[in-house]
Amino acid sequence: MKAAVVVFPGSNRDRDMMRAIEIVTGHAPVAVWHGDTDLPPVDLVTLPGGFTYGDYLRAGAIAARAPIMTAVAERAAAGVPVLGVCNGFQILCEAGLLPGILMRNADLHFICKPVRLKVETADSVFTNAFAAGDVIDCPVAHGEGNYRCGEATLRELVGEDRIAFRYVDDLNGSVDRIAGILNDRRNVLGMMPHPENLVEPIHGGLSGRGVFESLVDAALEVTA
Amino acid sequence: MKARVTVTLKNGVLDPQGKAIAGALAGLGHDGVTDIRQGKVFDIDLAETDEATARARLEAMCEALLANTVVEDYRIDLG
Repeated sequence: MKAAVVVFPGSNRDRDMMRAIEIVTGHAPVAVWHGDTDLPPVDLVTLPGGFTYGDYLRAGAIAARAPIMTAVAERAAAGVPVLGVCNGFQILCEAGLLPGILMRNADLHFICKPVRLKVETADSVFTNAFAAGDVIDCPVAHGEGNYRCGEATLRELVGEDRIAFRYVDDLNGSVDRIAGILNDRRNVLGMMPHPENLVEPIHGGLSGRGVFESLVDAALEVTA
Repeated sequence: MKARVTVTLKNGVLDPQGKAIAGALAGLGHDGVTDIRQGKVFDIDLAETDEATARARLEAMCEALLANTVVEDYRIDLG
């Protein structure tokens, strides 16, 4: 499985994402600079965590208008899986590839700790290695993870089974304890927790592997 | 032409920063503050001299970047 990791000024989990992808898939991903306008032919595009442009204006707002994002949107429209983690989730929302917005945590604190995460759907290329209802531990590290959207959007997300992950306990004020959502085609996932930081024994657990293993399985199915 | 764009949170959107600021003011003895909503102000210099054109371009800027209309409203003042 070939993957690309988009690197923006202020990305800081790009190396973690590249390492996790290589460990689980066996193939080193390609790093793509935000100022580029083309993506290589890949089976997965990822937007890693960080603080692109210092969170100026709104988290992810400037990065969402970077030159590479036109190509990311084109790949998403073509059905290529796009995974945005943490700041990557914020960028996907600001780019309009996912609905809603991530706002300041309700208690204003930067939250950096492992949390209990419930897998809400196994029906996606990112979650098919899990079973719906699985509860995993996963680290979070964010100040702006408070997911907000309009009531109509929330009804769609729930009704179309597009909430991929929920926090077991309220963490940051997110509506409906949302931690990760899918787009309507189910090929774009944004999530605040960091599965790429839970793939090696030294991380204290391996349950983040499921996201990447799901993508490998999905890529194999496409090939077969 | 000079313009001022004011971006504010829509009614009903929780503003934890505004609440924290209100709390800090109360801590300084400024009582009687019943609510604070924090927003953003952009002072913009435009080469455009036609008012209607300037307003249209500023609206496009607000929709494209300056405001996230999921949770924010914007107001444009020319002057």
